[in-house]
Amino acid sequence: MTPERQTIFLFLAIGCVLVAATAVGMVLAQRRAGAPDPMVDNLNQRIKAWWVMVALIGLAFLFGPTGVIVLFAIASFTALREFITLTETRRGDHYALVAAFFVVLPVQYILIAIDWYGFYSIFIPVYAFLFMPIIAAIRADTTKFMERVAVTQWALMLAVFCVSHVPALLMLPIPDYEGRGLLLIAFLILVVQSSDVLQYVWGKLYGRTRIAPTLSSSKTWEGFLGGIGSASLIGLALYWITPFSPPAALLMAFAATLMGFLGGLVMSAIKRDRGVKDWGSMIEGHGGVLDRLDSVIFAAPIFFHLTRYFWSV
Amino acid sequence: MIARFLAGLITLFARAVTAVRAEWGAHLPDLRPRVYFANHASNGDFVLVWTVLPKPVRARTRPVAASDYWLKDAVRTYIGRKIFNAVLIERDAEKRTEDPIQQMAAALDQGSSLILFPEGTRNLSEVPLLPFKSGLYRLALARPGVEMVPVWIANLNRAMPKGELIPVPMLCTVSFGMPVRLREGEEKTAFLERARAALLSLRPREHSRP
Repeated sequence: MTPERQTIFLFLAIGCVLVAATAVGMVLAQRRAGAPDPMVDNLNQRIKAWWVMVALIGLAFLFGPTGVIVLFAIASFTALREFITLTETRRGDHYALVAAFFVVLPVQYILIAIDWYGFYSIFIPVYAFLFMPIIAAIRADTTKFMERVAVTQWALMLAVFCVSHVPALLMLPIPDYEGRGLLLIAFLILVVQSSDVLQYVWGKLYGRTRIAPTLSSSKTWEGFLGGIGSASLIGLALYWITPFSPPAALLMAFAATLMGFLGGLVMSAIKRDRGVKDWGSMIEGHGGVLDRLDSVIFAAPIFFHLTRYFWSV
Repeated sequence: MIARFLAGLITLFARAVTAVRAEWGAHLPDLRPRVYFANHASNGDFVLVWTVLPKPVRARTRPVAASDYWLKDAVRTYIGRKIFNAVLIERDAEKRTEDPIQQMAAALDQGSSLILFPEGTRNLSEVPLLPFKSGLYRLALARPGVEMVPVWIANLNRAMPKGELIPVPMLCTVSFGMPVRLREGEEKTAFLERARAALLSLRPREHSRP
């Protein structure tokens, strides 16, 4: 199959899954017969939002690599905005924050677009890391200086650096896999997001033992094992769109879903610390963009570097 | 026509930067003339309230603003007069040729709604809300039937602090409360205190002060 056909086939398959989910949601909504059920409402909102998200990714794929880079740059922008909103910034951070949004973020994605690996992999961890506190220091507001600087750094790492490693997959030179980078992105996102959904489903069906009760009431061992296990099997089933052999596809899917789960834990800890349930309200039923991206953020750089080390030339 | 287009651009920009979300609560906007009174901490406050109002309501809602600021140069005069259709009042009592309360009442009589900042100036202090000036009370006295809707603007002062040209993207919310009306025989301080409490009660716990 040509990459184009594989992509169309993949989106048709996702469409079928969403049609099935929508049908189930409608049946559930019918069955409750007038009695309001917030869980069913939330489920249907989530399914509706999935249609929109899949449509957006499909649209980006139509525009090729540029479309995907622009889509993830916008995702970074909204994620960074959600993160910064929840932190304690002061007047003195204004220039540093303006630089984060309007200089660091676009530069990172331009570096990805021109495939300058040696620079985009250190631009935020080295240059932004050193220059952001310099800008903040020039404003001479020392109140909680360390915390403010650390939080801004981390916001950039998570919302920009990590997210940008998804489109960076496009640029990896993998033998016998030329022109198929979009499919590798589809693999990562599909596996990680289906792991989130399956953890939710397994947890709702069989969840008993909470993993970290203080962090999240919905994360259970049953959901974790069932979700990661079944999402890894989805990864195995999708090996034909990747450069990986079937066992390698299973292992890569396992690594990505495990990182995704752990990322979800970390992001829950931050939300708990800030005293909020969701990062925002941009995606109806899901919360903010970060609520949907949290697992991808932690999975993307690891998935990228594993692929680069073992498969690229 | 051009002013309309520019107004659309400004609200689009406000949405792109703040992803502003309106919380209507029990109060829903309609076309009756109303006074929206809000906390004032940023230059963009009025724009944000304006952005979340439904288009037909927005078209007949006018901000009350200081003429010494908005008539300073040609650009500001154009923005204030043509785009925002502001009711421009003179803050300095000695320079006044018109009574500000009469100007506002006249706008209400013409069917416009008003956006008013009863603190009288931008709040740059650490306290969430400054004491109110008497204008809100005197307007309520002049037009007792008009509903006064408290509007809390959260986070915009962080996105656009005083004196900064470029805003930092930041999620903002605009919360509308139950309308306040002047009670029969209510004293000035009692009314202002009640209005101020109604506004403060809209202040969200999360987001604005994490």
